Order: sequence, then C-alpha cells, then structure tokens
Amino acid sequence: MYGNSKDDVLKALAAARWRVAGALTVAMLVTYLGFILLVAFNRPLMGHQLIPGLSIGIVLGAVTILVAWVLTGLYILWANRKYDHILDELRR
Amino acid sequence: MNPSTAGSQIGQPNTTAIVFFLLFVSITLVITYWAARRTKTTSEFFAAGGNISAVQNGFALAGDFMSAASFLGIAGLVATSGFDGLIYSVGWLVGWPVVTFLIAEPLRNLGKYTFADAVAYRLKQTPVRLSAAVGTLTVVVFYLIAQMVGAGNLIHLLFGLSYEMAVVIVGAVMILYVLFGGMIATTWVQIVKAVLLLGGASALAVAVLWKFGMNPAALFSEAARMYGPEVLAPGKLVANPLETISLGVALMFGTAGLPHILMRFYTVPNAKAARTSVFYATGLIGFFYLVTFVLGFGAAVLVGRQGITAVDKGGNMAAPMLAEVVGGTGFLGFIAAVSFATILAVVAGLTLSGAAALSHDLWSHVVRKGHAPESEQLKVARLASLLLGVLAIILGVVFKGQNVAFMVGLAFAIAASANFPALLMSMMWKGFTTRGAVASMLTGAFSAVLLIFLSPTVQVELLGHASAPFPLKNPGLVTIPLSFFVGWIVSLVSPESEASRRFAEVQHRMHVGALVAPPVVSPPGVAGSVPPGIPEAPHKV
Repeated sequence: MYGNSKDDVLKALAAARWRVAGALTVAMLVTYLGFILLVAFNRPLMGHQLIPGLSIGIVLGAVTILVAWVLTGLYILWANRKYDHILDELRR
Repeated sequence: MNPSTAGSQIGQPNTTAIVFFLLFVSITLVITYWAARRTKTTSEFFAAGGNISAVQNGFALAGDFMSAASFLGIAGLVATSGFDGLIYSVGWLVGWPVVTFLIAEPLRNLGKYTFADAVAYRLKQTPVRLSAAVGTLTVVVFYLIAQMVGAGNLIHLLFGLSYEMAVVIVGAVMILYVLFGGMIATTWVQIVKAVLLLGGASALAVAVLWKFGMNPAALFSEAARMYGPEVLAPGKLVANPLETISLGVALMFGTAGLPHILMRFYTVPNAKAARTSVFYATGLIGFFYLVTFVLGFGAAVLVGRQGITAVDKGGNMAAPMLAEVVGGTGFLGFIAAVSFATILAVVAGLTLSGAAALSHDLWSHVVRKGHAPESEQLKVARLASLLLGVLAIILGVVFKGQNVAFMVGLAFAIAASANFPALLMSMMWKGFTTRGAVASMLTGAFSAVLLIFLSPTVQVELLGHASAPFPLKNPGLVTIPLSFFVGWIVSLVSPESEASRRFAEVQHRMHVGALVAPPVVSPPGVAGSVPPGIPEAPHKV
C-alpha cells in the first residue's frame, strides 16, 4: 500500500472542504428559505409583537442576517484551524 | 414634484453637499494620481498586484456591493412599506456566505483577473472565454445602465444638476479613476466610500435612535402607531411566494457570479486573505442593512411618508430627507455627497471588471491566443476601460426616464444563471467539459434575458400588455437549475479526456495554490497525471 501519500491527503482534504462548504451552504439556504416561507405563508405570526414595536418578523430578519455572518465565521474558524493546517503539511 | 412644498432643501444646490463632494473627488483623484504611479503592469492594473490586505479588501467588497440603490432604495422601501424592505436586505446579504464557502478561495487560487480564468483552466480557452465574456459583459452593461440612470436621477434630485450633466460627471470622474489608477485606485475609492457610507449611515441612525432613548423598538412602535401595525409585518411585496423564492435564489447565487465582486478576490495575496476578506465584508454589509432598516423607519416617523413620496414617488429621498430633519442642511449635504460618491465607486468597479473581460479574456486569450506582450495587454486594458466608460455615459443618457429598476434584478439573474453554475461545476466536477461550460453559460445568459423579456416586469409594466407569457418577475428559479442541467447533460454527451485528466491539477492548485506547483500541461496519454510535488498513487486507475 502506498496509502497516505500526499495525493491521498489532498483528495481527502478536498472532499472534506466540499463537505463543510456544502453543509454550510445548505444551512444558509435552509435558514433563508425558512425566513422567506414564513414571510410568505404566516403573516400573522411574523406580525406578532414580542414587545411593543418588535415583531417576530423583524427579529427573524435580523437573526437571518446574523446567522449569515456567524456561518461565515464558523467556516473561517474551520478553515484557519483544520484546513490550513493540513495544507501546510502538504506544502512541506 | 416640487421640493419646496415639502419644506425641504432637497433639489436646491446645496453648498455643503458640493463642498463635501468636491472634497471626496479631490481626495480620490489624489489617490488615483498616487495609484497611477504604481500601475505599470497588467497585474497591477487589474489586481492591484495582489497587494491588498484582507481588511482592505473586506471594505472594498462592501464598497462594491453597497450601492446607492441599496442605501437610498432600501431606506425608501422601508419608509414607504415598512417590514418588506427587510426581505430585500436579507436577500442581498445571504449570497455572501455562499461566496465564502464555495467560490472565494478556489477562484483566488485558480485565476488571474477574471472568473473565466478559473472556468477555462482545464478547458479549451477560446470557446469558454468567449461565452464567459458574453455573461460578464451582459451583467456589467445591465448593472451599469441601472447605476448610471440611478445616478442621473438621484443627483438631479439631490443637487439640482441636470440629468445629463450628472451622468457625464459620474462617467468622467469614474473614467479617470479606472483609466489611470486601475484596480489600486478603484480599491481605495471603494474603501473611502465604504467608510464614509457606513459612518454617515451609522451617525444618522444614532441621531434618530437618540430621539427614542436608543431603543429601536420604541421607534418601530411609533411607526406602528402612526401607520398601523401592518408596517411591522410582511405586506403586499410578497403576494406570490414563488416570486419571492425566485428573487431570493437569484440574489443568493447572483452575488457569487457578479464579475466585479469575483474580481476582487484576485487583489489579495492568497486564499486565506480572500476568505477572511469576505468575513469582514459580510459583517459590514449585514450591519449596514440593519442600519438602513432603522433609517427607513426613522424617515417614516420623523419625515413622514407624505413628505417623502411628494419629493420622489419611489421614496428614494427618505434617507437624505431624514438627514435634513435630524441634522439640518449640513447633514443633508453630507449624505447627498456620500450617495454621489457611492455611485461613482460602484460604476468604477463595474467598468474595471468589464474591461478585464474585454482585454484579458477576449483580446489576450481569444484574439492573441495568449501571446500578447505585457505592454500591449496594458494598453488594451486601458483602451477597454475608456470604451466602457464612454459607453456607460451614452447608455445613461439613452435610458433617461426609463424604468430601469428591474435591470439590477436582471443582472443578478444573469450572474446567477450564466456565471455561477459553470464556475461551480468547473471547480467540483471532473467530468465537466468545454461544450458543457459553453452550453451552461450561454443557456444561463440567454434564458435569463428571454424570460425577463417575457415577464410581467417588461410585458405588463413597460409594454403595457394585459398579461405576460412568463409569470415570474425574476427567472432565477427556472434559469439557475436549467443552466446546471444543460451543463451536466452536454458534458455527459461530449466527454473531454484532456479536461478530466487535468482535474487533478485543478484540484491541487485550487487548494494548495500556485506557489508549490506552477501549472504544467500533463503529457498526453497519462491518465490521472498530477503536477510535480504530489507523488501519484500507483494503484490508482
């Protein structure tokens, strides 16, 4: 066996990156479509005010924006810690 | 439209606005002069020599994306219809994570100046670059028309200048930036503009919230008291859920196909900087949209809907009018100047990316087959910028008075359908072929344009017909899957051994970058050959 050659490591790393990227993209898509579908199909819920002035719709909109940023941050964390680490080994 | 009836100085020549604007133009022209002395190669002209840091690029990306349409337009939409504006803001933002996850790093590692570099990496250069240029230039032209017409109208409203004069000023200053300062100047113009816009909008939001005990809920509550609780809930913008989803996917994947955004990833030194820069950009843009939401409500409450729509039916003057109410004519002038600067910066970025498609893709690779000397490339790049700049002015004047708001949506739909699928498939799928790429890009571009032409936006709103053959205003829901599907099927029926053989090389370079293994052409006939530095596993088929 010649397993664990740099080529195999790269292949595994490439697969891992697409898995992480794919999962995060799906997470973003689900969050966003969830927001859109609530907007489209449940207006009364979105208009319900948690405290005077602050409707669930506004909160969920802000949360979606926050989720977008947090997911990006999670990816950066993963990439800086795991992905770059293995890449550095490969470059050696 | 008579501004004086609204008791506002909007539309009157405003000394503060002119002073701030001249200050902005002077500073950016000094930057351009400084940048011009550092722009001696094509790489400096199109990619700032790869010397932009992640933070700088984060601000520049935000600057490229925060157009006057999103600042004035969304604030106006929120002011006139409340919650619905937030639906747009969220849609504009959620494309950024997708850019981070799927596009930024591979693109940075594979390409040089345009996204076609990445798509064409292992495919046949001429057909791929020709089709990619079709997609890029259509996006750029539609986006430019929308920006130039918007510029003419807004500046006419803000400064009282004639429409044509405004278009010519924007075009001329932008040409100076791009022609002489290239990407270095354009990047710094974006950064200055992003800081001014974020600073101005935040200051305005603080001034508004100050009146409500720094409590946004109190502001929203006051709006609900004045205009009814409907302002806090989804309204008539989302009458058709399918429509909303279609617009949503076009915005989400369109960002990942916008040539002027993609090009920015070549200005940073490496993939890590590319990824970090999108993180900064996403944060800045997200913050900006939350601020605009507050501004919209602030305008509805403090200026009043009637006053806003009396000056501009679309509500575009909500933010500047709010500035006048809370900060007087001086603040109005500042916000007006910032809006002007915003448009300038966006058209500069667009023009540069169009020039890259013309000179790098079409001239250097298609016409000269990659044999153009450096000095010639730079000359052609400058000539292309000048041509596009002049074209932008002409288009701006030609489309005067037209309803061009749909063109930004169209640009996003084309970017999402023509550019994004081919780019993603070229990076992920070994079996992707030249014919598949060409078919996918052309199908995406033409189907998006055709379906928009057949949509209610053009058929009913522009041409005045009773109904439209295609029901959706934004075709993304149909054209994005169609483009993926066509790219997949055509690749399957036209296998390309060279393309699949070189996939290992693409994969290596996409992750490791060009530092270790410069691109090499694999010797023909060696299945699965990989670049030097990565020993090939002998047991592999």
